[in-house]
Formats: sequence, structure tokens, C-alpha cells
Amino acid sequence: MQQFCEQLLNGLNLGSVYALIALGYTMVYGIAKMLNFAHGDIIMVGGYTIYVFMNMTGHPLIAVAVAVVFCVLLGITIEKVAYKPLRGASPLAVLITAIGVSYLLQSLAQIVFGSAPKMVKIADMGVLKIGSLKIQNYTLLTLACSIVVMIALTLFVKFTKIGRAMLATSEDKAATQLMGINVNNVITVTFAIGSALAALAGLFYLLKAPSISNTFGSMPGIKAFTAAVIGGIGSIPGAMLGGILLGIVECISYKIPAIAAYTDAIEFLILIVILLVKPTGILGKRRSEKV
Amino acid sequence: MADYVLETKNLGITFGGLKAAQDVNIKISKNQIYGLVGPNGAGKTTIFNMLTGVYTPTSGTFFLNGEELKGKSQETINHKGIARTFQNIRLFNNMSVIRNVLVGLSNQPEFKCGLFTSIFRLPKHFRTEKAMRDKAKELLKIFDLYEERNNLSCNLPYGKQRKLEIARALATNPKLLLLDEPAAGMNPNETADLMDTIRLIRDKFDITVLLIEHDMKFVSGLCDEITVLNFGTVLAQGDTKTALNDPEVIKAYIGG
Repeated sequence: MQQFCEQLLNGLNLGSVYALIALGYTMVYGIAKMLNFAHGDIIMVGGYTIYVFMNMTGHPLIAVAVAVVFCVLLGITIEKVAYKPLRGASPLAVLITAIGVSYLLQSLAQIVFGSAPKMVKIADMGVLKIGSLKIQNYTLLTLACSIVVMIALTLFVKFTKIGRAMLATSEDKAATQLMGINVNNVITVTFAIGSALAALAGLFYLLKAPSISNTFGSMPGIKAFTAAVIGGIGSIPGAMLGGILLGIVECISYKIPAIAAYTDAIEFLILIVILLVKPTGILGKRRSEKV
Repeated sequence: MADYVLETKNLGITFGGLKAAQDVNIKISKNQIYGLVGPNGAGKTTIFNMLTGVYTPTSGTFFLNGEELKGKSQETINHKGIARTFQNIRLFNNMSVIRNVLVGLSNQPEFKCGLFTSIFRLPKHFRTEKAMRDKAKELLKIFDLYEERNNLSCNLPYGKQRKLEIARALATNPKLLLLDEPAAGMNPNETADLMDTIRLIRDKFDITVLLIEHDMKFVSGLCDEITVLNFGTVLAQGDTKTALNDPEVIKAYIGG
């Protein structure tokens, strides 16, 4: 029972990291109608930025702040340079460009930092003990931050002008433009938010496992993408739900010896089953195409 | 030139070899309700698409209050004062009625409020939001949609969806409002009601209206002047009654 509780908390921890990444996928998909496969590598860039600035300054807060700003700028630049010229091109061309950007970032990181994993010591935060239950303090920090970020994001989308413009763009880009809204700005803001969340995810991932290499973002990226699709791609609550679900499944499955080796397979199996039963994902809405 | 709210000069567009519209010259004075009629495929919606920046004209140009707007982006043209509705309703279906209008209000200078202010929820953010909501409610009251303001727009009856589209377009504070078949699918009562509403908003918001419509009763009851199009060219133009009785026009509509 105690082990179950601990794994549940670990699952929530991992799940909220997945959820943060999945939010980036889902928002960009909902608004720009593209799958940004370079999103996972933004996490890696965020991680390396934290590594560099931890070594330079030793202050975790400064390192994280710089990482968030750097990732936001990187996200905006990628969007402007790589994706904006392809607005209106076939989705396949955009997808392949995104994969190209992903490899570009990974290769650049390898050139700059080499291929050996680097250790990143951010802060030793200790353990909280409740009875016989041991909770890592970083777990609590991750959970608290993720919850705050997700609530803030929901409020932002619901109650601000730019948030409404985002919802409107995701429903009908052409009509939104004709309402006098600059859709390109909306897309830029979306990429900025997604990249900031990716930087935070990089931080929380490093707190869990303090080692980084140039493929650091790939697996979390794929898992989070899976989470976004399970929750219903394009849906913000869906991304949160999918992320947390996947995180819990992963942590619990790891602790059951009989199936531990198949954990990844189990996660992707869930994706397949959900797509078979409800192709739009758990919270995804079916959209009828009007002619 | 500035005597006219909208003036098009030899406006035309070709898609490949197809001349969807050519040499269209329309002059609309302030506060006029102007009609654009013609058989299906005559190029009416194409002209709307050129006037709103969806298509860039391949020949000719057009002016809003003397300012050339050809080649400008859709949002710039909207800021300059042209707003439109669509032939097949294009509301933001999964948003509430009032939010649809709020989107239309978004880019007006009086509701300017930076990203920074919004993120940190400074008092100005709440003031702006309140002002926008008040303005939106005012608009919804005019269109008799106030009671339904929190419903999803896709759950409104058809006639009300059409009205909401007009309200959303008006929210962008246009000088010229383009209505693409506003009465399509409405019953005679709703149509009569809509005619009153269009006159009312023309006076209340001091705007000019250009509309496409197939219902000839609607057109002759509402429009001061019309342009009749057929196969992308102007068939007849001028005073509504005279233009509709033009033998060429009757031939195009009835055939023979």
C-alpha cells in the first residue's frame, strides 16, 4: 500500500511533466494545425541552458529563468524561420520540416556539448516523511508548479483577448482573420507559450534524473505526444488528463516485476486501444467538415 | 474620389484561364444600402473575397473612403473598416454567443491592453475586459440575442446564427459592412425582421452596407442601388427598380 502511494505520487510527478509538454503539442496543433515534432528538442535545449547557467552562476532560479527566456526566443525563431514560410503548404511538408528541425537541434547540441551525457546538479531538496511514507520534495515542487501553470493557462485562454483569439483561430482561421485579428501573432504567442512550458518540463525532468544528452527530449517528447493524442489532440484539458494518466501508468507498471520490461509497450498499447474505441481521444471533439 | 465609401475600378480576378470577375466598377455612397445580385456563379462572393483581402485582385483596384486597399492583408482591411458575414455561416461554434462578439471586439484600439497587462492581471486588464463585455452586451441587445449570450453559438436557431454573424462583424467597428446572402434560409417573417434590423444598424452605427441576395423582394425593398453580375461581368447597374427590369437582366435570370 505504501509503495502504491509512493508510485502514485511519482506517477503524478512524471505525469505532470508529460502534461506540460503535451500542452505545447496540443496548443500548436489546435492553432497552427501542425505537429511540431521539434517540441521535444526544445526540452533538451532548455535542459542544456540550465546546465550551462548552473555551472556559470550556481543559482537555480537564474538558470531556470534564462532557460525559459531562451526557449521562448528559440520557439519563436523556429516558427518564423521554418514554419511560417510553409503556411498553407501541405501538412506533410510541414511535418517533415518539423522532423528536420528536430534533427538540427539534436545535432547542434551534439556539436556544442559532445555526445557524452552531462550531469546537472540543480539543488538537493531532501525528502519529506509522513509516517513511513517518503516523498521526494522535488515531486511536490513539480506538482505544485504544474498545477499553478495549468490553472494560469486555462484562465489565460478563457479570459483574455489573446486567449479568445487563440480559441477563435483554432476553430476558423480565415474567419478570425476577417475579424481583424492577426493570426500570425496568435501563432507566435502559441509557440512562445509552448516553448516556455517545454523549458519548465526540462527543469522538472532534470530534477528527477539529473543527466542530459542531446537526445534528452526525444522520449519525453514522444510520450507527451502520445498523451496529447490520448487526451484528444487540440484539447487543453485533454492534454493534462492524458499526460497524468500516462505518467501514473508508467510509474506503476515499472514497479510490477512481471510487466516492468514492457512499460513503453503498455503505454503505446493504451494509445492504440483508445484510438480504436474513440478516435478523437478522450476529450477530443468530433469536428464535422463543412463544405 | 472620397465622395464614395467604396469605389472599385476595373476590379477583376482570373483563376487560371477563368475570368471570375472582370472590369467591375461599383461606387457606393455613404449610408447607402447597395445590392449585388446575379445568378449562381456570377462572381458575387468572389468580389466579397477581393474586397476583404481573401483574394488579391489580378486587375483593377478598390478604394475605401479614397484609400487604396488592394493587396492589403485581411486583418489590415478589417482594421481600415470593411467587415463581412459569410454565405455559409462561419461562427466559432464551440464558443458562447458573447465570446463570438468579444473576438470581433479584440483588435479595437479602445480595448488595447498589452500581453504583459493580461498575464499579470493588472487592474487595467479587468477594466478593459469589463468595457469589452459591456460593449458586447449592448450589441447583443440590439440583435435580440442578449438572453442567449451564454449559450454555445452552434445551439442557436439558424436565423439567430445569421444575426450573431452580423453582430460579430459589427463588433469590429466597420465603415462598410458586407453581407453575403443574409436572408438565405429565412422564413418571410424573419426576412422582414432582418430588413428592419439592417436599416436600424445602418442608422445607429452610421455605416454603409453592401449585400448579396437572391431574394428579389428583399433586394427591392431594401437596396437603393444595385449591380447585376453575370459570368463575372456587370450586366446592369443603378437604381434598383430600373436595373431589375433591364431586359438583359431578365434574360440572364429567366433564360431565353
